[in-house]
Amino acid sequence: MLTVSERLKAFWSGRHRRDGFLLGLAVGTFGVTFGVLAVSAGVSGLQAVLMSLLMFTGASQFAAVGVVSTGGDPMSALGAALLLAARNGAYALSMSEVMPSGRGSRLIAAQLIIDESTAMAEAQVKLEETREAFWVTGLSVFFFWNLGTLIGVLVGGVVGDPLTWGLDAAFPAGFLALLVPHLKDRNKRRAAATGAVVAAVTIPLLPAGFPVLLASLGAVAVARIESRK
Amino acid sequence: MTWWLLGGLAAGCYFFKITGVLAAGSFRLSGAGQSFLAYLTPAVLSGLIVVQTFDGGGRLTISALTAGVTTGAVATWMKAPLPAVLLVASAATAAIRLL
Repeated sequence: MLTVSERLKAFWSGRHRRDGFLLGLAVGTFGVTFGVLAVSAGVSGLQAVLMSLLMFTGASQFAAVGVVSTGGDPMSALGAALLLAARNGAYALSMSEVMPSGRGSRLIAAQLIIDESTAMAEAQVKLEETREAFWVTGLSVFFFWNLGTLIGVLVGGVVGDPLTWGLDAAFPAGFLALLVPHLKDRNKRRAAATGAVVAAVTIPLLPAGFPVLLASLGAVAVARIESRK
Repeated sequence: MTWWLLGGLAAGCYFFKITGVLAAGSFRLSGAGQSFLAYLTPAVLSGLIVVQTFDGGGRLTISALTAGVTTGAVATWMKAPLPAVLLVASAATAAIRLL
């Protein structure tokens, strides 16, 4: 029979498990920021907590709250959030060998398919380590993201009027930080540039909400040009 | 935020994940489909950045907000961690509004 400390040591000895756990801890700090911003944008604490539990995909959560905070209508918020959630479907398609066989555990595993768990799983070579990396990272991010959101909601409740604190700048600055890792790839850079131009051109022409949705044309354009080559 | 919106967001986000899981094995994305999904995130994120930084009610506008976001961009470029970036962008915006 292994003691608790022996088990912990065994867990910690696997680099993929250790890294996955620590990544979740780091993502937890983003969860705190999400909670603070959501509450300051007029989302109730309960709603912010439910968003993290049920949506569990950061960029979409920030996008929905960001659009709502600037007075955007619900359909624009939903559209922007879902465009950003679509990539999780592509991750899920590539994770079939990682998914458990039981129906119930598959339903749970599906919720854990996000950027971090996919990236950690794909970085492994052996199938067993791939599975472990997925579960450890997914569960660690889930735990700390939701804990962080709860802390953020409690802290954010005391912040007060978001405009005096300049919190409306936090959303675009946060999106920028999320965008930067994508800019290393040439085609993603092109998609981002095209999306930005489309949004800028359509702001004066179309009702609020449309410019963000139409920015997705940047992805269509670059994917089409690439497939012709 | 209305409860309808919250329900739609939760259902929509899970829909992509579970559909991918259920379709894996019987369905493969084409190369162009994969590229499109890979490019969608940067395209929409940059659209959001432009709109939330420059949209002053249907007009392209330079404001305290624009300056604050630019300060956040500099912090990002200097590899500051996300909470620090958000703090810097917010503080700069608030400071300029006080002027």
